[in-house]
Amino acid sequence: MTTLSNRAGLVDRVVAGVTGRAPHAEGFGHLVQGDRVAAALYTDPALYQEELQKIWYRTWVWVAHESQLRKAGDFVTSHVADQPVIVSRDRKGNLNVLVNRCRHRGASVCETPRGNGNGFTCPYHAWSYGLDGKLRGIPYPEGYEDVTDKKDLPLQRLQVASYHGMVFASFNADVEPLEEFLGGARLWIDRFMKQGAGFPVMIQGEHRFRFQGNWKIQLENTTDGYHFPIVHRSWMSSVDAETASMLSFMTDELAVTHALGNGHSAAVMVPEHVDLDDDDGTEQVQARFEHVVQVLSRDFEPAKVRRIMRSMHGAGFNLNLFPNVACSMSFFRVLRPIGPTETEIRHCALGMEGGPDIVNRERLRIHEHFQGPFGFGTPDDSEAWDRVQRGAVGGTDLPILVNRGLAREQVADNGDKVSHVTDETGMREAYRKWQELMSA
Amino acid sequence: MTALDSLGPLTADGSHLFDGRVAAAIELVWREATLLDAPDYETWDGLFTADARYVIPIDPTATDFEASLNMVYDDERMRRMRVERLVGGFSMSAVSAARTVRTLSRFVVREQTEDELELTSAQVLVGHKRERTFVLGADVTHRIRFVDGRPAIALKVVRLVNSDESVSASGFLL
Ligand code: FES
Ligand SMILES: [Fe+2]
Repeated sequence: MTTLSNRAGLVDRVVAGVTGRAPHAEGFGHLVQGDRVAAALYTDPALYQEELQKIWYRTWVWVAHESQLRKAGDFVTSHVADQPVIVSRDRKGNLNVLVNRCRHRGASVCETPRGNGNGFTCPYHAWSYGLDGKLRGIPYPEGYEDVTDKKDLPLQRLQVASYHGMVFASFNADVEPLEEFLGGARLWIDRFMKQGAGFPVMIQGEHRFRFQGNWKIQLENTTDGYHFPIVHRSWMSSVDAETASMLSFMTDELAVTHALGNGHSAAVMVPEHVDLDDDDGTEQVQARFEHVVQVLSRDFEPAKVRRIMRSMHGAGFNLNLFPNVACSMSFFRVLRPIGPTETEIRHCALGMEGGPDIVNRERLRIHEHFQGPFGFGTPDDSEAWDRVQRGAVGGTDLPILVNRGLAREQVADNGDKVSHVTDETGMREAYRKWQELMSA
Repeated sequence: MTALDSLGPLTADGSHLFDGRVAAAIELVWREATLLDAPDYETWDGLFTADARYVIPIDPTATDFEASLNMVYDDERMRRMRVERLVGGFSMSAVSAARTVRTLSRFVVREQTEDELELTSAQVLVGHKRERTFVLGADVTHRIRFVDGRPAIALKVVRLVNSDESVSASGFLL
């Protein structure tokens, strides 16, 4: 906790330096007003610094998936906003999230993106740490006699919890339980993971790119059905007619967005694939996958083949979890702010662990078709987001509007706000949470 | 598979670099680079054999591209669709693509068979878009097939030096 308050003190000085006014005098919460937000949310460096403190270091942030950490000794490097972390599985089977920073003079202790080992040795003076972050060895320890005790200097640990294989971490020692934070989103995570069709969901590989814009521009986009036929017109015209019609949700009344509370939302694009176990038998397997069906039929019963094929495109929705991860049809979208006007995105392609190769490969091809820096979709999204950042510095008093569908939004029995998938219900939910955290 | 793993002669069998077939292959690679910078994607598409693969891998060590996630893994059908997308006018990233200038050199002949020749090279691409100039470096492999004496690309693999970190989406081809 001392670490956090020291940081806040530093930021106060930075904020005062940038704006020439007393920090936190009015705060930033008022910049969100329900159906509109100030463009300063994309551009203000002081606001960005406060977001790090009040959002990124306070709440749960996605750092890894358990398919990357099956065995004792497995680790991956990741980030919580600007801070580098290591996610490891120790010999007891526990997950650890550790700040990737030596307790001596600050060097990063691991620059291998993923691997398996016994621990981490700092390259500078060879202090060595266990998989759980405990400081195990200091070379030439004589100089530290009566100065330093190893047990006081483990790698800094974050809170860690996982749900359905999604590993989250938090710098906040008093953070609410993960299940509470996920709340209404848990049902949608449960549904999302059904795309494993009986196999565990695994990450098969990932695309990574950056765009020149604020992180919330991407956060908005995950439940933005409105942009799809415009921005992705060239992708739509390149896919087969069946896939195109599967994703023609613009006038489909069953294609809706749910605001789930805590900033989370789910945008349904393919209503018949919301629950992949729910099969009324009317759906035809896409003709272009006939060769896959033939191969699967050698090993599986017809019902299982059908179940696997229904998972081919993933779940029929995008689940947007505040602030940094989305379960987006057949992949995880992970965002990381690099600065107020730069954001890194990862698109992790999912597959069935131990499942049929032919299906996992088809899924890789589907992912490549849309995603990544040379995909048929990502470059156009990226261009749109760059354009938001470039435009939003103009007309500084003009709000960013997130009011689409406000008048047709309904409240469901479970309390979800629901409106059409082209409406900005998910964005309003994310900004409501943003406002709550920034006003705290 | 990097192009700098030996300091031997520039051809595996010790023949001269600029004999007829090697010269024709290099000329094709340079012509391809010119078409991509122009850009003239429709003519570029015609440089490939019908069974060609065009690959931009992510994992620097990947050799089984089909089993890996790539940035590009195109057969003829995907490559044609890619060209249509880039020239069709409906992709806003393609419409406002970066301008590019690329150089390929440091050619090494890896393998020669009766009708094929494998050539590796270094590519340095300088791009510019909206106030930003950037550099992309890559090791490139071309497998060139001679059909009736005419060279065509049977395999192109572009291994970006930053392939497993962020690669920015810029609306052009490598
Ligand atoms: S900085 Fe790590 S051992 Fe000195
Ligand atoms: Fe999009």
